Amino acid sequence: MTELHKTGASAVGEPVADARPARSFLEVRDLQVHFPTEDGLVKSVDGLSFSLEKGKTLGIVGESGSGKSVTSLGIMGLHTVGQYGRKKAKLSGEIWLDGQELLSAEPDAVRKLRGREMAMIFQDPLSALHPYFTIGHQIVEAYRVHHDVDKKTAKKRAVELLDRVGIPQPDQRVNSYPHEFSGGMRQRAMIAMSLVNNPELLIADEPTTALDVTVQAQILDLIRDLQKEFGSAVIIITHDLGVVAELADDILVMYGGRCVEYGTAEQVFYEPQHPYTWGLLGSMPRVDRAQTERLIPVKGSPPSLINIPQGCAFNPRCPYADVPKGNVTRTERPELRDVGGGHQSACHMDQADRERIWTEEIAPKL
Amino acid sequence: MLIVVMLAVFGIFFLIPEWTGVDPATMFAGKQSDAAALDGIRQKLGLDDPILVQLFDFFKGILAGRDYVSAGDTIHCSAPCFGYSFKTEQAIWPILADRLPVTLGLAVGAAVIWLVIGLTAGVVSALRRGTVWDRVTMGLALSGVSLPIYFTGLLSLAIFSYGLGLVSNEYTPVEESFPAWFSGMILPWLTLAFLFGAMYARLTRATMLEVMGEDYIRTARAKGVRESVVIRKHAMRSTMTPVITLLGVDLGALMGGAILTETTFSLPGLGQAVLKAISEKDLPLILGVTLITASAVVVANLVVDLLYGVIDPRVRLA
Repeated sequence: MTELHKTGASAVGEPVADARPARSFLEVRDLQVHFPTEDGLVKSVDGLSFSLEKGKTLGIVGESGSGKSVTSLGIMGLHTVGQYGRKKAKLSGEIWLDGQELLSAEPDAVRKLRGREMAMIFQDPLSALHPYFTIGHQIVEAYRVHHDVDKKTAKKRAVELLDRVGIPQPDQRVNSYPHEFSGGMRQRAMIAMSLVNNPELLIADEPTTALDVTVQAQILDLIRDLQKEFGSAVIIITHDLGVVAELADDILVMYGGRCVEYGTAEQVFYEPQHPYTWGLLGSMPRVDRAQTERLIPVKGSPPSLINIPQGCAFNPRCPYADVPKGNVTRTERPELRDVGGGHQSACHMDQADRERIWTEEIAPKL
Repeated sequence: MLIVVMLAVFGIFFLIPEWTGVDPATMFAGKQSDAAALDGIRQKLGLDDPILVQLFDFFKGILAGRDYVSAGDTIHCSAPCFGYSFKTEQAIWPILADRLPVTLGLAVGAAVIWLVIGLTAGVVSALRRGTVWDRVTMGLALSGVSLPIYFTGLLSLAIFSYGLGLVSNEYTPVEESFPAWFSGMILPWLTLAFLFGAMYARLTRATMLEVMGEDYIRTARAKGVRESVVIRKHAMRSTMTPVITLLGVDLGALMGGAILTETTFSLPGLGQAVLKAISEKDLPLILGVTLITASAVVVANLVVDLLYGVIDPRVRLA
């Protein structure tokens, strides 16, 4: 009887079609994040699905405004807090974290997961750390939100983590303020803060963009080492394919709020199937390339998220928009299709065309 | 910095008689005096001494007291000596000392009220942006900023004192009777607090809206900190910085006398004294009040600077 009641109760409120349990540690299904504005509905993320296992790293790549950060904030549940009186972000779809659906969960339940189960590293550590509180205070706060311990214990934990992320003299630096740290140190402190509760999901939103080139590699190494140590799932969000190449197991390429290509790092780097990915690869500087060769930019500018182009969102910028027969690229939105081995791409071109263009036109120039 | 400000004030007040043709001796003696009497007064006040000597004597008077000597007649003015009023021939300092507590009580009492009202209204409006509460509060704030003291003050007097008889319309010194003092001060406080509270509410709302969009607020949320704590701890701390800056300036300026408020409510404070002094060209009294104001502004700014250090660690080294 009780068993029956339980099953009955859990089925209520969940759409029947989506009632299947998540198979992966993190599973995002058909995520949509829309912002109503006076100019119209901004579809920042429009139907995004992916999954991630513990111990694995997913790289989400795309240019500014492609929906990368909006996605990560959506997973963290940060779109729906603190929107006092303003028009709220509209989220739909499903986000399963460790068997729990987040979008339909109580806000306070999601708050309790934030910082403990899932943590985030932000782009600019200078603005992301509170200027008026010491580094130690901020880490201690992050720990004590989820652990019922006294300040002394929490501070010991903070020192331990600062030490782990490579901050020298952590027992002294714990009392420093963010402005007393260098950029790289601040990001290390930020990483220490995000790891203080051993989160199982770590989201790094452009963690190296605000940093010196020399420091970038150190921070990426640190993230990789820590992931091995903590065994967490990591999402790394970036517009820099170099960063992804360094860290990611899987890569998801976003364009105009949608996924255009999704596959393992090998698949996406060595057999990219979408013209936008080709563009990204072509615009990436490489040390092993002759200096006289010019980078090839992706022409045009990112689409308006209010008026996303009809058909394929990339068609106004795509050099191969006329390859498929008819007007299909301008009228029909391409769905993600499996192109082999779990590698997915949303392009109207035939596999044969894509492979020909890749091997004959694109790959030789890279 | 303190000394520079003081010197500037002095310079101007010694130069004004020169430029405006107001002769202190004539002012002091009255118009029907003869030349000999005027000379005596000049000698007594040291008006013929070089200006630096006069300045020195004035400073000395404030710090150590001074003697006014002429033709065997000596008047001792004990420290702090700001000279004598042209009109009443009373020493200035006792007048100031008498009136300072009134103005201080008015300013501090009103500040407490306007801080509580202004900060609360500002924060809640920011968090409920665009709602009815926000619109009503900001509408009230706009009227608070635009309605002059003599309007709101007289209106409140008419309603609460003369009409309903709830509070006194007279000033009673606090040492005589605390309840009577309180009853007489409550309307001036509220009137002044309405004006300033409105400004503080607008400032707080604008600052709060800006702060709530800061990255470190998002970070605090990402840590799982409760929204109430995010607001009280993370956002309020940053919102306080401009509020405290403004508070320092406002309190300092009010110490020169809230002239309109004191006049409307017949409070015997510095503002009333200086208003009378201006109309009577009673330079020593004007100078005395000005010095009090200048010192108050300087002291208030010093306190603000020190408070910055407490609030914002980034200014501690500078």
